Amino acid sequence: MSAGKFEYAPAPESRSVVDLRSSYGLFVGGEFVPTVDGRMFKTVSPATEEVLAEVTEAGVEDVDRAVRAARTAYDSVWGPMSGRDRGKFLFRIARLIQERARELAVLESLDNGKPIRESRDVDIPQVAAHFFYYAGWADKLEHAGFGADPRPVGVAGQIIPWNFPLLMLAWKIAPALACGNTVVLKPAETTPLTALQFAEICQQADLPPGVVNIVTGAGATGQAIVEHDGVDKVAFTGSTEVGKAIARSVAGTPKKVTLELGGKAANVVFDDAPLDQAVEGIVNGIFFNQGHVCCAGSRLLVQENVYDEVLDRLKRRMATLRVGDPLDKNTDVGAINSAEQLRRIATLSEVGEAEGAERWSAPCELPDRGFWFAPTIFTGVTQAHRIAREEIFGPVLSILTFRTPAEAVEKANNTPYGLSAGVWTEKGSRILWMADRLRAGVVWANTFNKFDPTSPFGGYKESGHGREGGRHGLAAYLKGAAA
Amino acid sequence: MSSTRPTERLAVRKTYKLYVGGAFPRSESGRSYVVHDAKGQFLANAALASRKDARDAVVAARKAFGGWSARTAYNRGQILYRVAEVMEGRRAQFVDEVAAGEGLRRAEAEAAVDESIDRWVWYAGWADKVGQVLGSTNPVAGPYFDFSMPEPTGVVAVLAPQQSSLLGLVSVLAPVITTGNTCVVLASADRPLPAVTLTEVLATSDLPGGVVNLLTGKVPEVAPWLAAHSDVNALDLTGTEDRELATELERAAADNLKRLVRVTDHTQDWTAAPGIDRMTAFLETKTVWHPMGI
Repeated sequence: MSAGKFEYAPAPESRSVVDLRSSYGLFVGGEFVPTVDGRMFKTVSPATEEVLAEVTEAGVEDVDRAVRAARTAYDSVWGPMSGRDRGKFLFRIARLIQERARELAVLESLDNGKPIRESRDVDIPQVAAHFFYYAGWADKLEHAGFGADPRPVGVAGQIIPWNFPLLMLAWKIAPALACGNTVVLKPAETTPLTALQFAEICQQADLPPGVVNIVTGAGATGQAIVEHDGVDKVAFTGSTEVGKAIARSVAGTPKKVTLELGGKAANVVFDDAPLDQAVEGIVNGIFFNQGHVCCAGSRLLVQENVYDEVLDRLKRRMATLRVGDPLDKNTDVGAINSAEQLRRIATLSEVGEAEGAERWSAPCELPDRGFWFAPTIFTGVTQAHRIAREEIFGPVLSILTFRTPAEAVEKANNTPYGLSAGVWTEKGSRILWMADRLRAGVVWANTFNKFDPTSPFGGYKESGHGREGGRHGLAAYLKGAAA
Repeated sequence: MSSTRPTERLAVRKTYKLYVGGAFPRSESGRSYVVHDAKGQFLANAALASRKDARDAVVAARKAFGGWSARTAYNRGQILYRVAEVMEGRRAQFVDEVAAGEGLRRAEAEAAVDESIDRWVWYAGWADKVGQVLGSTNPVAGPYFDFSMPEPTGVVAVLAPQQSSLLGLVSVLAPVITTGNTCVVLASADRPLPAVTLTEVLATSDLPGGVVNLLTGKVPEVAPWLAAHSDVNALDLTGTEDRELATELERAAADNLKRLVRVTDHTQDWTAAPGIDRMTAFLETKTVWHPMGI
C-alpha cells in the first residue's frame, strides 16, 4: 500500500456544453407534451444532490397515448417503410450521436454519477456503434437467418435501468427500429435526461413522429407499459425480481418478452494467470461504473496457492483508485446512483460483516455531499454468505478460493444466475475447457467487461431470456423468431 | 374332441409403464388408468403418474444432462438415427397403436408413423449442424477473438400434443434432445400407447437413460409440478388444451424464469416442415471473448 496516489490537479469537464431545461414533458408522437394524468418529479445529480431538472411521471393515460402514437406510426409509416429508408434514419441518428457525443457524455455523468472517462470513452461511443450496427441490418433482414420474409412484431414496450441509461436505450431502440417496430421506452426514474436528449436527436433526424416515444416515470409507469394491450413485445433490463413479475404479468398473452436481468458473475483466477492483467481485470470487473453492472465480476475465485499474492496486488491497486467528482477526467470511481441504492449496498455490506466475512475498503476520502461508497472487498467469504449469493450492484467484491479446476466450475456455477463469467489462465486448453463448462451467457477469458454491438449478450437461468447484440439480437424483434 | 383341436391362443396383455431414468417403473402411486381406443373400446391400462413420479423424472433428467450435453454432436446424431432404425423395425406395432388411438384408417396411420420415423432422421442430421447455423464469430471492434455458440438450456418439461399421439410427440421431443437438452415428457393423456412404445425404442437405441423420461397421466394433475419445479429450465406448453391452465402454468414457470414454448393451436398440422424454431427455443447463446496478440 506504499504506492499512494499521485497528486493530480482537478481536471473537470465543462458543463457548459449541456443545455438543461428546467422541466421536461413526455416525448409522444414526435413532440414534447405535458402529462394527461401524471405528476412531476425531480432528477438529481448523485454526486452533489443538486436538482438537475423536473421530469414527468407518466400515468396510465400518458402511456396509453404513447402506445397509440406508436401504433399509428407503425401502421402508417414505419411498418410499410422500406428497410433501406429505415436504415438511413438509423444511420442519421448514429451520426448525430457522434456529433453530440460530448454533450451526451457530460449529461450522462451529471445525471448518473458515472465518471466522465467512462461515459466519454465507453458509453457514448458504444451507443453510436449500436445504431450504426443495427442501421446496417434494416435492409438485410431476409439474410439474417429468420426466414425469407421476416416481419416486425409491432409496438415494443421497453424498460431500461439507470446504470447505463443511454447505452441501454441504444440496445433496445436500435434493433427494434431496424426490424420495423415502433417503441415506447421508459428510462429509469433516476436517469431520464439523456433519453429526453435522445428524443431531441430523433426530432433532429426527422424521424417520423411516433416511431420513438419516451415516457418517463418509475415502476408504476413501467407496469402500465407491460400491461398495455397495445404492446406486442416487452423488453426489460433490470432486476431479476421485476423480471419475474413481468414474466408473470404477460403469461397467457401473446406478448413476446426478452429479459436482461441480474447476475453474480464468478471471475476465476488460476495460478498461472498473468497476474498484473488479472488484477486489472478484477478491478475493471467490479469497480467499473461503481459496480453498477449486471455482469460485474462480483465473486472472485482465486486458486489457493496465489491467493495471498493476488490479494496484496489487488489492495495495492485499489489504493490508487480515484473516487470523486464524476466530471473530473481523472476520476476512476464516481457516485452511487441514488440514496436508495447506497442504502442497499451499505446494508448488504453490513450483513457480510455480520456473517463473518472480513471487510477492507480502499483508503479514500469521500465527498461530503452526494452518494458515495468506497471500493470494498470481503475476504473469508463462503458460498453460504449472502454477499456471495445476492447481487449487490455496487463496488463490493467477495473473494473465495478454490484448488482444482473442477472445484472452480462447481463454485462458479453455484448460483441461480448465469449472465457472465471470467477466466484468467495462460493455458489455452484450460480456457476452452472452462468456457465450455461455465453456465453463463458471456465468458470473458483474460479480459472482462467487454461489449460490442456485434457480440450477443444475455443470460442463462435466472439472468433472463434472449440475447441483445449481434444477429441474435434481431430475433427479439421479429415475429415468430425464438429469442 | 376339444383336446384334438388347437385352442385359440390367449394373448399376453401388456402393462404400459412409465419411463424414468432408463427404467420402466410403475407409478409410485400404484395407480393406473384405462386407455380406450377412438371408438371407446378398452385398449390397455397405463400408469397414472403422480407428483412424485414427476419429481423423480426431473431428478433423472438433471442427472443425465451433463453426460448428454457433453456428447459430441456427431454422436447425438448417430443415436437419433439409431432411434429411427429401431422404430422402423417396430413399424407395424406403431401403426396398430396409432390407428387404434387416433381412429385413423390404416393408410393414414402408416403415413403418420412413416413421417415420425423420417422426422428422427431429419433431426439426426441437425445435431452437428445447428451449431454452425446458429453460431458465429463476431467482428468486434478490438483485438479480441469473439465467438458465440448455441448451448442446451438444460432440463425441458414437455407437454406433448393431445391429438397427434406419435407424430406430434416426436415433433416436440426430437428437437429438444437433438441439441443436448434432457427432458420430462407428459404424453397425450387419452392416447399414450404409442408414446410408451416409443420409450421402448429409445431404451434400445443407445440413448442414455434419463435423457428422455416419459410420464403418462393427466395434464392438470402433473403439469403444475413440472411448471413450478426449480430444477426445470424450460417448459413446452404445446399439449395444454385448456388456455386457463396454460396461463397458470406460464405464471408458475416465471418463478425461475423458465424458457417457454407457449400453447399453440392444437389442430396444427404436424406433417408440415418443422423448421428450427423448436430447437432454438431451448438453446442459449454463449459468447466467449479472448484477447488476440503476440
